Amino acid sequence: MIEPGKAVKQGREKAESPVAAPAKLVAAVVFGLAFGFLLQKGGAAKFNVLIGQLLLQDWTVAKIMMSAILVGMIGIFILHRMAKVNLHLKPTRLGPNIIGGLIFGMGFALIGYCPGTAAAALGQGNWDALFGMAGLVVGSYIYAEMSSWLKQTAEKWGDMGKITLPDLIKVPRAPFVAGFALLLTLCLIALERLALR
Amino acid sequence: MKRIIVTMLVLLPSAAFAAAPAVNARDFPGPAWSPYLVGVGLGVLSWLTFYFSDKPIGASSFYATVAGGIGRLFARQHTDSLEYYKKNPPRIGWEFVFVLATIVGAFIAATTGGEFTNEWVPPFWAARFGPDTALLHATIGFCGGILMAFGARFAGGCTSGHGISGTMQLNVGSWIAVVCFFIGGIAAAVPLFLL
Repeated sequence: MIEPGKAVKQGREKAESPVAAPAKLVAAVVFGLAFGFLLQKGGAAKFNVLIGQLLLQDWTVAKIMMSAILVGMIGIFILHRMAKVNLHLKPTRLGPNIIGGLIFGMGFALIGYCPGTAAAALGQGNWDALFGMAGLVVGSYIYAEMSSWLKQTAEKWGDMGKITLPDLIKVPRAPFVAGFALLLTLCLIALERLALR
Repeated sequence: MKRIIVTMLVLLPSAAFAAAPAVNARDFPGPAWSPYLVGVGLGVLSWLTFYFSDKPIGASSFYATVAGGIGRLFARQHTDSLEYYKKNPPRIGWEFVFVLATIVGAFIAATTGGEFTNEWVPPFWAARFGPDTALLHATIGFCGGILMAFGARFAGGCTSGHGISGTMQLNVGSWIAVVCFFIGGIAAAVPLFLL
């Protein structure tokens, strides 16, 4: 039997080359176009929709994210089971996930866009996103300056490695995915009934 | 001036009671399409990026790549010596092109849907802080961007990489991060826009 996910070739090209293979980049263009198109149609390129979510006035972002997670999860785990895709799990580190997450959130409230939706906002003609994007570039470099120190200190706090929710509570993946899909569906139904938008 | 001071003290909610009128985001345009339809679309798009590109959707590394590229122009050796860029050398890769195409995709959606805005201050911001606050909005946005990028790199991803791609893989750290994104976001946005 093929172990799920292990049959997929890791088509890793050499990281040294400054430009990736053209076929890969063409795929990135097609997928990126679709991503930006969907974000804009979902209102996620609009300042008031994004801030409205943080003010709990507009639940559009939660509806988009939860339905994306629901559909994406089912497909990804089926494809993984069939050994058609690899999972791309980022290591769980409690300290960085929590502290970095809170800092990210505060930045989110100030800029009004997130890294992906800022790009979509710019495409929609919200030129103010440019300032936020400039800040994102500067902040990235500040992190890089500190990355060596952070790696030796804070990034070791609460390191749990690559772990999924079903692994954590020691439940097989398939029933967990089914149960979680049901839970997400119930949340979406509740949102539709209770949220004004 | 009063409003500027109030805004500067946004992280001290006690100081933010005053000035500007509370605003309601629902008074402003919402999504053009059903958010559920868009969510399903993003879910299916994730299947495709996993299957065809062996990549999860993510956006924040784009900015780190741009920063690294600029850093290499001015201080090549120093930039290359940084731990993050040793592991993630700036290059024209999948994530970089993906985000550039995101800008174009949103442009196509906005122009074909009659939603192209061409504005420097979002009406929602203007309703709260006044129409002549473009500079304040830009400054706060720039500072927010710095915080956001640092947080994203430290946490290991953003609302795309953790919030959509990581959560759908049931990654423990992604669920923790995305909950913290919203806790931090709500804690800062409520005093800034409602109090």
